[in-house]
Amino acid sequence: MSNVILDSKIPEGPLQDRWDNHKFNMKLVNPANKRKFTVLVVGTGLAGAAAAATLAELGYQVKCFTFHDSPRRAHSIAAQGGINAAKNYKNDGDSVYRLFYDTIKGGDFRARESNVYRLAQVSVNIIDQCVAQGVPFAREYGGLLDNRSFGGAQVSRTFYARGQTGQQLLLGAYQALMQQVSLGRVELHTKTELLDVVKKDGVAVGIVTRNVATGEVRSWSGHATLLCTGGYGNAFYLSTNAMNSNVTAAWRAHKKGALFANACYTQIHPTCIPASDESQSKLTLMSESLRNDGRIWVPKNFDDNRPPDQIPEEDRDYYLERKYPSFGNLAPRDIASRAAKVVVDEGRGVGPLKNGVYLDFSESISRLGETTVFERYGNLFDMYERITDENPMKVPMRIYPASHYTMGGLWVDYNLMTTVPGLYALGEANFSDHGANRLGASALMQGLADGYFVAPYTVGDYLAGLLGQSVVPTTDPVFVEAETAVNEASRRWLSIGGTKSPEHYHRELGKLVWEYCGMARDRNGLEKALSEIPALREEFEKNVRVLGSAEGVNQSLEKVGRVADFFELGELMCRDALMREESCGGHFRVEHQTDDGEAQRNDEEFSFVGAWEWNGEGTAQTLHKEALVFENVKPSQRSYK
Amino acid sequence: MQLTLKVWRQDNPNDPGRFETYQATDVKDEMSFLEMLDAVNENLIEAGREPIVFDSDCREGICGTCGLMINGQAHGPQKGTTTCQLHMRKFHDGETVTIEPWRAAAFPVVKDLMVDRSAFDAIIQSGGFISADTGAPRDANEILVPKPAADTAMDAAACIGCGACVAACPNGAGQLFTSAKLAHLNLLPQGQAERFKRTEDMVETMELFFGSCTNYGECQEACPKEIPIDFIAMMNRDYLKSKLANRRLSGQKH
Amino acid sequence: MTATKEPPALTGDISSPPIAPRHRRSSFPVVDLWKSSVGKKWIMGITGIMLMGFVLFHMIGNLKMYLGESHFNEYAEFLRQLLVPIVPATGVLWILRVGLLAAFVLHITCAYQLTRMNRKARPVKYQSPRDYVAVNWAARTMRWSGIIIGLFLLWHLATITWGWANPEFVNGEPYQTITASLHNPIVGGLYILANLALGLHLFHGSWSLFQTLGSLSPRFNPRHNPLRKGFAAGFAIVVAGANITFPIAAMTGVIG
Repeated sequence: MSNVILDSKIPEGPLQDRWDNHKFNMKLVNPANKRKFTVLVVGTGLAGAAAAATLAELGYQVKCFTFHDSPRRAHSIAAQGGINAAKNYKNDGDSVYRLFYDTIKGGDFRARESNVYRLAQVSVNIIDQCVAQGVPFAREYGGLLDNRSFGGAQVSRTFYARGQTGQQLLLGAYQALMQQVSLGRVELHTKTELLDVVKKDGVAVGIVTRNVATGEVRSWSGHATLLCTGGYGNAFYLSTNAMNSNVTAAWRAHKKGALFANACYTQIHPTCIPASDESQSKLTLMSESLRNDGRIWVPKNFDDNRPPDQIPEEDRDYYLERKYPSFGNLAPRDIASRAAKVVVDEGRGVGPLKNGVYLDFSESISRLGETTVFERYGNLFDMYERITDENPMKVPMRIYPASHYTMGGLWVDYNLMTTVPGLYALGEANFSDHGANRLGASALMQGLADGYFVAPYTVGDYLAGLLGQSVVPTTDPVFVEAETAVNEASRRWLSIGGTKSPEHYHRELGKLVWEYCGMARDRNGLEKALSEIPALREEFEKNVRVLGSAEGVNQSLEKVGRVADFFELGELMCRDALMREESCGGHFRVEHQTDDGEAQRNDEEFSFVGAWEWNGEGTAQTLHKEALVFENVKPSQRSYK
Repeated sequence: MQLTLKVWRQDNPNDPGRFETYQATDVKDEMSFLEMLDAVNENLIEAGREPIVFDSDCREGICGTCGLMINGQAHGPQKGTTTCQLHMRKFHDGETVTIEPWRAAAFPVVKDLMVDRSAFDAIIQSGGFISADTGAPRDANEILVPKPAADTAMDAAACIGCGACVAACPNGAGQLFTSAKLAHLNLLPQGQAERFKRTEDMVETMELFFGSCTNYGECQEACPKEIPIDFIAMMNRDYLKSKLANRRLSGQKH
Repeated sequence: MTATKEPPALTGDISSPPIAPRHRRSSFPVVDLWKSSVGKKWIMGITGIMLMGFVLFHMIGNLKMYLGESHFNEYAEFLRQLLVPIVPATGVLWILRVGLLAAFVLHITCAYQLTRMNRKARPVKYQSPRDYVAVNWAARTMRWSGIIIGLFLLWHLATITWGWANPEFVNGEPYQTITASLHNPIVGGLYILANLALGLHLFHGSWSLFQTLGSLSPRFNPRHNPLRKGFAAGFAIVVAGANITFPIAAMTGVIG
């Protein structure tokens, strides 16, 4: 056991002034000295590209790494809906405080007030910055920016670029990054995957990477390292994350001493296309905006095999409208997802595998006309039809919840620094701003806030204290050891010579995690998972088959290391879920629900961040608690009835 | 459904490469093309043979990582669809499917079906941005953008950088990619200050790697985002303007 | 700035090295235009318009054949006497000829260099039966129709203008020279073949130039695009069609 103290470094003073005061109190680096510092940025999604570009603009030497072939491919690109900002352009009563309040409440009172308030504050600057970069947000005829309401928010604060907001924001950050590359201020290393974080005397001094095109393993040293490597939703195997999304960077940092927080807070998105068969590799998200005009229902009777148009009104159960009359089909994500699970578990699911619910547009079509409905959702309908061969204008869509976003991640303080000095985590990789549930259109906001407006200040504060120190040379024994360990791991995987592919084990692991640590969890299941996952991992380590060599491209070798990390993470998710004897946001413990089946929080005992410390292979992690203090909003039971 | 696959295999960039034939058995209509390849790969691994290397990531048609030449068509037979969104119901039982990597001098093969598209990044790097350092820009609503301009810019900005345009072009030309980024930025008021410098820089960088346009229009047919070649016309015009007049003093003039 | 001549290294230690094309730039922008493929296409487009003007007026002038020998020869004489006495006889004709020659040379040079550039940019062919989706036959055969037209042009000049290879050639009597030549079915057949090639070349070329010269850009009214395509088809049909009537008329005895 170590003596980790979780110091969140939240500034003093009234909530509204904390970030401003903190910015003033931070140490500055003289412009002439900035170029003496090297910052390593790992990952080029919204947070990574934004941070790398901004740090380079400030004058730091930036080295930027991505395992993709181009910094434009990170999964931030797949976000459809939009980005929130408290601009109040619509004069509908929005404000920084309201965005802060909505986010805290939406997160089921499990996030830090100060972080969330800062997020709401800088949300305004993000829109200004993105427009200046040329992000083609939707406009009204007068040339002003258009907004829409999203994800059940009662104000219109979501900015969007068709159904491709994530893509456009990422391209904006990517372009800013490429400009810095052309100016020689960023050294960009594509096809380069982080495989270890290197520490010396307790401080992060660099990373070890493998070039996925050539197989070259080498070290990089820097004064600070920023992990902007996304979330771990692929622990479920079937998720809406990209195929290559993984937890490896965050996990290897965890194993080097960074605490991992709130692993059990995973968001299950209600509107995804249900899996069609065993061979499916991933699930596809359909934008939540569909719930604005679609009605969700299942047949009232079990084993009702009639086609949907032959099921009369009286035999349909519009269960969201029935249970939540005021929010109806627009109930928050966690609530809508669980309600779908309940009806499917009852055996009233629809589709060939009985694993979905209907999202029906026929009522909207008769009310608004085919043209209007198609104008609003045409591109989503086309996408649905490409995948399922069914036209939602004629047949109701089938949807089912799927893992989508992970609120948990590396524990960071107010400065986004992990418990390892010099090691930062930004974007989805950290745990900080969404509490136990993320609101729609807030992920893009957080990634960009961390990258453009938070880390560039706080990293400078840290670097100011290192003036005069040069980076640890990559010939130092700490780097040599880490490289040897990476090479040794590759050699070990290649020499197992089992019978099954890494993909096979990932799928099996995903089934366990989804079954026991998915939308609803209970003690028995979690305990079962905690014994079954290690057993499966043992088989995996004996029987996995990785062909080829460590030279050149070897996608199985890349995959096997990621799966190994998912095994350890899956265990931690279950352990965290087991520890948290309450239901909140995306974490639903069956034992802790109200009489009518809603999540029951336990603020007395569990109003804390659960951060876990790695204790070595085969030993359970140690829990550290950071108490959550609510000075401005009073935790209350969320109600969407 | 059962398919015969003729797949290009190439161990490294210098290997001459060859076609190998595989049987894909038990292919279902609901599978995507890449899931079908995943299944083939899993069988290959279990049989002790190295799996086929191909690129893919988001599998929802937006990241632009995947891209295969399927029976001579970039991203396969379905219009406006990336390889990952192409489903097997577009094929029929017993069909022979030929799968090749993108072919262009600018896109060297890395391994099997994976190519190196860094030339695209080089083009963006040379000018595909609006210089706006993070800081305190004007309020977003102070820049008025007419809705048609914003919409057309968005049409162009929809490019996912997959390289299908280059792959489908018999000249290996990168004009659709380059012109889409130019149109996105050159149509917006924010992009006017650097408009002609950007056009010069991006076009001339493009020409270091890619061929010329013969107005065949194959690229717009292959484009999964259906970006029209009208943007190439716009690029041609802006490029001439950038050369013939000192437009840098008057970026605002069209 | 020829494609793929010295592409900067793409792999290695730094995956994306900074690229600075501006250092390669000439102080004369026209040199840059000549070096770039976009500039070369502009040259092809502009010289294409000049050549289109030529084939159009050449066709219109030839229609005089239907009015009879005297009209036709008068027209030929008129061309020689254009702007006399401001310029000496045949002066304008020579200026036009030099202009046309320059247009031909530039058009062909650019076409040749662009083709070489494109071959380099796509050195490996697809081995599956390649499906062209959008492109029409006229566009794909531009290179071949161009070569046919070029060869025909040389032969046409040799037989009708210079008379080197024509037993029927009578200097100063163009009507007789032409009609007598066209009576020969082989000669007439070659004319028809060449004009079919010209029609194809004009069809793709006269649409394509709108694209190359940028007037299909979204800044112009896209609703006019069908008009542009229609113009291309109309122009090709009118010029090639009228030209083809001459050998047919000569062979069937309508003229001559």
